[in-house]
Amino acid sequence: MAEIKKTMLYGYGNPGRQDDGLGNEFVSIMEEWITKEGIPEITIDSNYQLNIEDADAISDKDIVVFVDATIEEIDDFYIDRVEPSEAKVEFSMHAVSPAFVVNLCNQLYNKFPEVYLIHIKGYEWDFAEGLTEKAKENLNKAVEYAKSKILDGRNFMD
Amino acid sequence: MSKKITIEPVTRVEGHGKVTIKFDDAGNVEQSRLHIVEFRGFERFVQGRPYWEAPVLVQRLCGICPVSHHLAAAKALDVIVGAGTGNGLTPTGEKMRRLMHYGQFFQSHVLHFFHLVSPDLLFGVDGDPAIRNVIGVAMKHKDLAVMGVMMRKFGQEIIAATAGKKIHGTGAIPGGINKHLSIAERDSFLLGADPLNIDKMIEWAQAALDFLKDYQKKNTDFIDNFSKYDSNYLSLVRKDGALDLYHGVLRAVDANGKKVLNDVDYQEYDKYISEEVRSWSYMKFPYIIDQGKEKGWYRVGPLARLNTADFIPTPLAQKEFEIYKAYTNGKPNNMCMHNHWARLIECLHAAEMIKVLLNDPDLLSGELVTKGTKTNRGVGLIEAPRGTLFHHYEINENDQITKANLIVSTTNNNEPMNRSVNNVAKSYMNGKDTITEGMMNAVEVAIRAYDPCLSCATHALGKMPLEVTLLDANDNLIDRKRS
Repeated sequence: MAEIKKTMLYGYGNPGRQDDGLGNEFVSIMEEWITKEGIPEITIDSNYQLNIEDADAISDKDIVVFVDATIEEIDDFYIDRVEPSEAKVEFSMHAVSPAFVVNLCNQLYNKFPEVYLIHIKGYEWDFAEGLTEKAKENLNKAVEYAKSKILDGRNFMD
Repeated sequence: MSKKITIEPVTRVEGHGKVTIKFDDAGNVEQSRLHIVEFRGFERFVQGRPYWEAPVLVQRLCGICPVSHHLAAAKALDVIVGAGTGNGLTPTGEKMRRLMHYGQFFQSHVLHFFHLVSPDLLFGVDGDPAIRNVIGVAMKHKDLAVMGVMMRKFGQEIIAATAGKKIHGTGAIPGGINKHLSIAERDSFLLGADPLNIDKMIEWAQAALDFLKDYQKKNTDFIDNFSKYDSNYLSLVRKDGALDLYHGVLRAVDANGKKVLNDVDYQEYDKYISEEVRSWSYMKFPYIIDQGKEKGWYRVGPLARLNTADFIPTPLAQKEFEIYKAYTNGKPNNMCMHNHWARLIECLHAAEMIKVLLNDPDLLSGELVTKGTKTNRGVGLIEAPRGTLFHHYEINENDQITKANLIVSTTNNNEPMNRSVNNVAKSYMNGKDTITEGMMNAVEVAIRAYDPCLSCATHALGKMPLEVTLLDANDNLIDRKRS
């Protein structure tokens, strides 16, 4: 029997800023489902933003799926593979990008997890709790996609 | 022909900022300004909300320093619920909040030094920008980078244990705290496997400080003279003059160390501090009223705190404080880059305080909340890692917030950051035919010394509002671009 890949689902954003909380809500729903279904070897995490200590957090995982809100011109959501970024200064360095975290993990720990980022389309970003209705629809699609991939051998890009 | 340079975005500070530098016909810097887009709509947003929501609501302001806003709001509401200020809380209430606060200080100062500052020190202000960042540090100085990552992780775990959770922590409530520390949590911080235990954190904080002191000895001219200028300095201090990052009276000293605000009660801060509006900046310019707008501006943050405090109440940090003070013969330190030295002394102090608190049984049991007679106005001040943070609330008979006024640390440092930018622009760029990336980074190094946080909580992918304004020599608008 194949070994189960250690997986981390990590949503980030500020749930006090409407659709910026899409990533946090994604992992909240997934955590409930994983617990209910008894699915092993999946770690859940959530924060306002990624930072340097996340390089340590992902270093013992086989697969990491980051989840964030986006304003990109897309219909609902998409997933892409995260490659380590060029060692380039980021615009805002109190927070870092998934690619930066991967690069730091590679450099510090010589570990190379498969890392993905789910981008979920959001629309409103004011000082308020709760997602917009359209964002919820996009979230549900992303959640169903992730569940199907987890049940199907955790091959996220297939 | 006169020219104008715009540096934006200011990298490695939170949110978005823009620097404009205008040159005269002789190629000398005529004027330089740091523009920061600060969103103050939050103060209107909280109006009408029940007051007890404020400590959680304010965390929507910023995902970088939510703990500081959480605690400053809770301190203001302590006054409103009649729990008084500072030591009006139960021992457990105050000590749990302090533990949360020192955890925040520790992780924030560590992040700033290892992630934002060490690349400039290790590779040089004009070093190759491709490696002048924490990835470069990780490649060439792995031990230092690992130290930074694990210290930051330790501080974050202290926050999670005291605030209850990583996001929108609920630990501090009006009049106290809502949880004790468990024995398991305490033991994990005291006795955790290396490196995640407090003794290792103290050892590493000392090592980081030793690294900085050694660097200063080898690069004295740069560290001492880079954007050096006199100012007033403001912070909270304990009533006996000790450094106190959580609570105290408001003290300001001038460039000679003379007290210009003499340990006043911050509930009346608006008798002493006002904010000036300038047409070219979104961010206000605070000043000490008695000193006037021209002379009353001040610096806050690590450099200011070690200028206002008389001593540090933990032994290792006090020893370092004595060395630090001796360097300027006891006079206020006016060297911008010595912010980093002061910051690492505070980091060591925070680690020492965490150890003291972890060994205090009051964290494990005892009353959590103080109750009293409600009032309709409360002011909470706290020393955030970046400097003094003001929260002021007023409520009506229905317990709704009717007024909120926040003066954040970065706003307090608005004038000083502008002064630093101007100093560095002149010393690096005057009369130069070519402006290099290294020169522009020097300007950013000056800004980063203050560790500004530009209140940018929404960071969704692709959403990074920027505004570039181009003006000619007569300040006529040429172009404006938004991303």
